[in-house]
Amino acid sequence: MQLTSNRSKLVSNKKMNFWELIYLPAILNGMRITFSHLFRKKATIRYPEKTREFAEIYRGQHVLKRDDEGRERCTACGLCAVACPAEAITMVAEERKPGEEPLYREEKYASLYEINMLRCIFCGLCEEACPKEAIFLTKRIVASDYERDGFIFGKEKLLEPLDPDKRIDVSRRQTNAVIEFKKDKTKKHNR
Amino acid sequence: MGFFILYKTILASGILMLSLVVAMYSTLIERKVAGFFQDRLGPDRAGPWGLFQPLADGIKLFFKEEFMPNTADKFLYILGPSLTMLIALLTSAAIPWGGDMVINGKVYPLQVADINIGILYIFAIVSIGVYGIMIGGWASNNKYALLGAVRASSQMISYELAMSLAIISVVMMTGSLSLKDIVLQQHGFNWNIWYQPVAFLIFLTCAFAECNRSPFDLPECETELVGGYHTEYSSMKLGFYLFAEYINMFISAAVMATLFFGGYNFPFMDKLTVSPNTLAMIGFFVLFAKITILGFVFMWVRWTLPRFRYDQLMRLGWKGMIPLAILNIVITGIVILIK
Repeated sequence: MQLTSNRSKLVSNKKMNFWELIYLPAILNGMRITFSHLFRKKATIRYPEKTREFAEIYRGQHVLKRDDEGRERCTACGLCAVACPAEAITMVAEERKPGEEPLYREEKYASLYEINMLRCIFCGLCEEACPKEAIFLTKRIVASDYERDGFIFGKEKLLEPLDPDKRIDVSRRQTNAVIEFKKDKTKKHNR
Repeated sequence: MGFFILYKTILASGILMLSLVVAMYSTLIERKVAGFFQDRLGPDRAGPWGLFQPLADGIKLFFKEEFMPNTADKFLYILGPSLTMLIALLTSAAIPWGGDMVINGKVYPLQVADINIGILYIFAIVSIGVYGIMIGGWASNNKYALLGAVRASSQMISYELAMSLAIISVVMMTGSLSLKDIVLQQHGFNWNIWYQPVAFLIFLTCAFAECNRSPFDLPECETELVGGYHTEYSSMKLGFYLFAEYINMFISAAVMATLFFGGYNFPFMDKLTVSPNTLAMIGFFVLFAKITILGFVFMWVRWTLPRFRYDQLMRLGWKGMIPLAILNIVITGIVILIK
């Protein structure tokens, strides 16, 4: 049978010669190789003191964005939940009541928004699906926990803080075209 | 007489503490060396450079659940690790750790027992070592433990032969079985390794096999036997087995340094103009340095070579090591006759 890959090798059952039989040259050569590794640069990064460099577009823990006035951008359309291949996102939509305008940007909002971090595969499809630029993946690492319950992140963990200084920068996750577009305040989307 | 006993007791407990501390820190050094060989750093969280890691490991072992299988033979189950530990500690008695110290006209030899059959004593003790493993494996009443124990016993018995045969050529040269005489004959740089390199190679290989260390660690071969003879052991009983392995390593490095690398002798020791007591102390540290280097070789080989297959192990022992050792004896005998 002809194999499709050309990687098959002929097995040879040749007798070992004298030097191979006494193992020593091979052993000494092996020991030379391991010894040289003593002085190599170590791959270890001493984690809590040092963190390794992340990729520019690293996809870590999600953030639910607010707009410039501090209103939640999410309108609970459910597109992220539909897009999610791991079915990690759950949400309950609610209508905005009169007087809640400073809290929610749109007329409908998510009263419950949960991401199961154990299911999430950090693919970023939710971010891509979102028409309101409400959800982004950030450079933050999801903290470890002893219980499974701790990994279901609700709005209290996902929403970014109101304080303008503590907002979470997601500009790295946006293309230049989007950033340019957002400067155009004549569009309703950006107001 | 009472004073003599007191001195020997102090010396013996000193050496006991030394072997325990060395064994403790060997575990850390082993992991560090393994890390460095694999381009990692090894444990460095407990204390500076991970110096408290052995303490943490010891405490962990003590607090682990003391589990004993229902079907185990209770007496033998406890006897196994105790015997292994006891025997590992017994060997150090015959090793000369340094020259004689003279204080107030009294001679204090840095050797617990200068018996005139020192080598035989060491081999006798080492060959009892197999019982600890065999009993532990048998008493566990577990197929993996039993298989590991059977492997260990046949392997240790096979390699003991070649080991003793390798020593015979050294003994032929020295003409004495006393370890002290052997060391005294290697004064300065006149080490046995220059005359008996083949014997050293055989001894080293057999020492790996006797200590059940890689590449001959088949008794605890994880891929086939779960944990080998200590599969059913937990807590400090397991700790004793693992600990005894490191003590054995330390002692066999010490025996090797004594037999082949001149013990506490070092080059140009006559040129030093220091008092005999200082010389004895320097000698002790020299011996310790030699032991450290040999211990490093143990680890170096472990992290270089893959494990032997069982038939390869037996072939190497019976068809390789033993004929080679006998040939070495014959050649040594001829050379001695001609001289």
